[in-house]
Amino acid sequence: MNGKIYGFIFVMWILMLIGGGLVVMFVGPLTFGIDVEPIITSGVKVLIALILIFVWVFILTKVKNWIFKSQVKS
Amino acid sequence: MQEKIIAAIIVSAIAFFSIYAFTPILIKFLEKRNQAVKDANKKGNVMIPRPGGISILIGIVASEITLYFFFPISEILAIIITSILGFSVGIIDDRKVMGGWFKPVTLAFCAAPILLLGAYDSNLDFPLFGSVKIPSLYLALVVFMIPVTGNTLNSIDVLNGIVSGFTTIASFALAISLFILQNYEIGIACLCLGFASLAFYKYHKFPSRIFPGDSGSVMFGATYGVIAIVGGVEVIAAIAILPAVINSFLFLSSVKRIVEHREIKNPTSHTDDFKLKSTDDNHAPITLVRLLVAKKPLSEKQICNEILKLATFSGVLAIITAFMMEVKI
Repeated sequence: MNGKIYGFIFVMWILMLIGGGLVVMFVGPLTFGIDVEPIITSGVKVLIALILIFVWVFILTKVKNWIFKSQVKS
Repeated sequence: MQEKIIAAIIVSAIAFFSIYAFTPILIKFLEKRNQAVKDANKKGNVMIPRPGGISILIGIVASEITLYFFFPISEILAIIITSILGFSVGIIDDRKVMGGWFKPVTLAFCAAPILLLGAYDSNLDFPLFGSVKIPSLYLALVVFMIPVTGNTLNSIDVLNGIVSGFTTIASFALAISLFILQNYEIGIACLCLGFASLAFYKYHKFPSRIFPGDSGSVMFGATYGVIAIVGGVEVIAAIAILPAVINSFLFLSSVKRIVEHREIKNPTSHTDDFKLKSTDDNHAPITLVRLLVAKKPLSEKQICNEILKLATFSGVLAIITAFMMEVKI
């Protein structure tokens, strides 16, 4: 009956796994050389993390709208 | 290991039976004092005693203090103090109607014991890929986590038995995950939360004999959040409560600001046979309940069962994630 909501939870789970992978493999080890202030490196990492969250929320909003519209239509 | 098993049995029994025995006394006490609210989803003027948070406080604190005698570690002390602070925030909101800002701001201060006791590890663990060290950012995460879990569980306290049933399933899933990761002390602490919410569910399930109030639901959330942090299982904890996260996400993405639920239009209305249906008002927020009844009206009991099934599904995903923590790509 609510297969789409289960699908929504599953999509969120997959996005969390992928997001975690991106953070650990690319964002965490990011450095700009020894002469760059650590605070700048941290700032860039935070910015990338925020962009990832924005993309995550954007995808979920689209999925949510699609589920709600299709639930109402049926 | 034998000592841990004995501790787990004793504290689980304390958490369960203290709430099981004390809640009927609390129900009579609240009824005598006329401390009851109308159950909006029942026909007629059905009044339900509230808040049941006092009973939950006794169960959780008594069991966690007993656990502290077995394992005197700062992590368990942080759980006890944060739980009491979470209850305090909720009881203020029960007694006096506060603005939408109140709970997020005050719950952020509830994270202070975790920071002051140093009961955290600044590594953030992810499944398959390992962990990332984020010392400064992690402090912000600690402060952010308690308001998120507190408000998230508080926001699903909309129908009989949901928040207590949901917390039971999520806590047991998190406890199993902690045992898989061999973090036994915090796993046992999480069992206390699971058994406490299970005992309260007996009186809160449809048809409710008592409501937890904000003091109960916020305390459930704050305790769950602090266990996630001190146990180093933030990602797994978030997965176990995904249906509640979805509810908050749906709500925030349609309302686009932090408000008290009293301030918004009701996302559902009643049919003639008192089932819940999606409201025709396009300006009302989309919530998990509204999504569930969008296709056809459902009874309160049917909605509760659907949400608890969703909780079980996300609990299974959380346990799978715990197994994936042991695997590295």
